[in-house]
Amino acid sequence: MLLAPALGVSAVLFTLGVAGVLLRRNAIVIFMCVELMLNAVNLTFVALAQQLGVGGQIFVFFVMAVAAAEAAVGLAILLAIYRHRQTLNLQNINLLKG
Amino acid sequence: MTPTLIVFWAFAVLAIGSALLCITRRNPVASALWLVVTLFALAALFVLLDAQFIAVLQVLVYAGAIMVLFLFVIMLLNVGRATRSDMKGPLGLGVGVLLAGLMMVQLLALRFGAPPPQLTLAPNAMARAAAEQGMVAAVARPLFTTYLVPFEITSILLLAGLVGAVVLAKRRL
Repeated sequence: MLLAPALGVSAVLFTLGVAGVLLRRNAIVIFMCVELMLNAVNLTFVALAQQLGVGGQIFVFFVMAVAAAEAAVGLAILLAIYRHRQTLNLQNINLLKG
Repeated sequence: MTPTLIVFWAFAVLAIGSALLCITRRNPVASALWLVVTLFALAALFVLLDAQFIAVLQVLVYAGAIMVLFLFVIMLLNVGRATRSDMKGPLGLGVGVLLAGLMMVQLLALRFGAPPPQLTLAPNAMARAAAEQGMVAAVARPLFTTYLVPFEITSILLLAGLVGAVVLAKRRL
């Protein structure tokens, strides 16, 4: 059975995504790390779908649709930010910092 | 060790290794390309887990469309050259690694809770369903019957995303 190894791999991949979000300052790279986390969760869904029924695979389908919409809107936001500030380094984007 | 398990671990190591490279490369283009390798390895893992249709979607939608969008934006903004390291300072690095490690311990602990036996299907149930109904039909039939309403709502979400992206990326808001 591949369930336990798949859940372990998914945990490691999700952690790498979290680490990337916490450690990097480039907004595009952080965005890619979010995609990595989404994919780790997809692996969990697919692994559990093998035992609990096809609903997990359907959910992966929806996660992909949401990820596509998120990527389109998020990258448009990054584009708008870059046009205003000429940078994507999150250290220089601190408008909400008191 | 069965051949399936050997292939599984080969692709798992490939996925984790390239994910590690993705979060450590300084050049965003290199990061994006390593992420593509991770997505391909994950598609292979999906095949091993009896989700062939999802694996194809993973390659087409993720590695194809979404990553091309990322590379396109990197090119458009001209941020593709390697800058000096954008990692956080020693304090941020320590806190980040600590939090991520904590999360990994918690997630790995979840591995040991097996799903309740009254819910689990017979082994190979998914593979058998795919063989009987066809790979796509096994996913498509519930998608267009049981999960029809969420599916229709997804179309509204995509429309909203489309309009939002166009409005946000316009030069004059």
